Amino acid sequence: MILIGERINTGFKDIKQAVLDKNPAPLQDWAKKQAEAGAHYLDVNLGAVSGKPEDMIWMIEQVQAVVDTPISIDTNKLAILNEAIKVCKRPPLLNSTTCSPEKLNPFVELCVQHNASMIGLAMDETSSPKEAAKRVEFAGVITAAWMEAGLPMERLFLDPIVMPVKFMQDQGKEFLEAARQFQMLSDPPPNISCGLSNIASKATEKKLINRTFLVMAIAAGVNAVICDVLDVDLINAAKTAELLMNREIYADAYLQKS
Amino acid sequence: MQIVDVKEKWTNRINTVTLGATKAEGGTRAKTVTIGGETTLPFLTFEGEIPNPPAVAGLVVDVVPEDWPDVLKQAIGKEINSPVEWAQKAVRDWKVDLICLKLLGPDPLGRNLSADHAAKTVKDVLSAVDVPLIIWGCGDLQKDNEILPACSQAARGENCLIGPATDKNYRTLAAIGKADKHKLIGEAPVDINIAKQINILLQDAGFDIKDVVMCQVTAALGYGFDYVYTIFERVRIAGLKGDKHMALPQIANVGWETWKVKEAIADEDVLPGWGKLEQRGPRWEAATAAGYIQAGADILTLAHPESIAVTKQTISELMEK
Repeated sequence: MILIGERINTGFKDIKQAVLDKNPAPLQDWAKKQAEAGAHYLDVNLGAVSGKPEDMIWMIEQVQAVVDTPISIDTNKLAILNEAIKVCKRPPLLNSTTCSPEKLNPFVELCVQHNASMIGLAMDETSSPKEAAKRVEFAGVITAAWMEAGLPMERLFLDPIVMPVKFMQDQGKEFLEAARQFQMLSDPPPNISCGLSNIASKATEKKLINRTFLVMAIAAGVNAVICDVLDVDLINAAKTAELLMNREIYADAYLQKS
Repeated sequence: MQIVDVKEKWTNRINTVTLGATKAEGGTRAKTVTIGGETTLPFLTFEGEIPNPPAVAGLVVDVVPEDWPDVLKQAIGKEINSPVEWAQKAVRDWKVDLICLKLLGPDPLGRNLSADHAAKTVKDVLSAVDVPLIIWGCGDLQKDNEILPACSQAARGENCLIGPATDKNYRTLAAIGKADKHKLIGEAPVDINIAKQINILLQDAGFDIKDVVMCQVTAALGYGFDYVYTIFERVRIAGLKGDKHMALPQIANVGWETWKVKEAIADEDVLPGWGKLEQRGPRWEAATAAGYIQAGADILTLAHPESIAVTKQTISELMEK
């Protein structure tokens, strides 16, 4: 399971305040905690706090000062991405593009130049599809562009798009069906990722919903997740699901940290 | 028509383990042996790297095993009666990369020799040869818990490979490995799940699994060889795919296991039509070794000088690019 730590995001009040005050401590604290918990990437999201590339660069540099976990640059703004990618010490994950060519093509080009990985969302610039079939079609466009650029599948992440169960209850099944079909887009298949927390947006029982959905998503082929990597129950459920899918070799002590 | 590229791309590298310590490193070895570091399955050098050839360890036993056939004892020579001379001959004449000292003498079901005796043997062998040393306990876990700490201390700083660490005695082994700076053999009874478990347990006990070599309890050809072969292979595949608890080098104790099976010890009077034991025995050992090399073994222990020679030849041919 590829774990992408979600916590360095200005959607969280402490991070927002830290960015406004240029106070590195909260960012570095979360960077260390998430890296310690086993995150493979640390997502860094400037959000709506600022549109300035230098603010994103500041965030990335604070994180890189304390851990060497690769960065997931969370922005859809090319102006920010173009600058931020240059300061990454290790090849980053670009999070994320849609399948619209005006966005997709420059993202792929950046991946070629910087040895980076990329999350492609199964949507276009106008909307997110309701049906699994349309998601597969959009994912196919992204996969084709990736292959044309000659990039290896292990660096492509396709996201079938998670929708909140509270507001769009029919979308869970569509997500799972899309994930199943994404695996057939290429051989070897791309990674299939999801931004988990959206499933429980505004719901009560957030943790239980997250955990249950992640297990179902893993059974459908998801192998990467942006989530709260410090949620021990969530990570243990994911590890167990991976075992049950025969992706890991069983050992009695399989829950021990690797 | 475009030809489909079938090369596998693995994401992980098998750990590299170096055995032996030179004077500069706090030991007295003239050379060290490095194993592991693979980024692909055995010898698929078009896919990845096999940076270190499998190493051949000359098997030396502290007391002569009773059931060993005369053809083996004669091939080893009169030196078989002295672990020191035997080890010297293996290094000098048979050019083994390292010595595997099997401590059979302490076995309570056999001669039940003391921990002091075992430690002295280790010391004597270390001063007699300048290659790295593997120290293999008698297999009785309680007795091993007595003798291996003594041997470990006697070999302190020499960066030996000591085992077996099992799910019953891993705490003792982790402690002595750390205290005396040795590497460890994690051993599981032909069970991949327990093999992984032992690595996790050793890590849990504070021992770095980058210093562990896995042993799947080697089976000789005809005695479950195929089971062990698939475990070697599955361990390697899981390791190359990124399972850190499986990305460890592996040892095959071929010599010890081969020279107990009837095909390697019974001559034509018992097995009519099977050919002379003089040839069959070493061939059985060499064939078992060749199989484990293909499965992913990084160290092979061997007893008969002929199978040592054949196996070294096999390895050097496989390593040719």
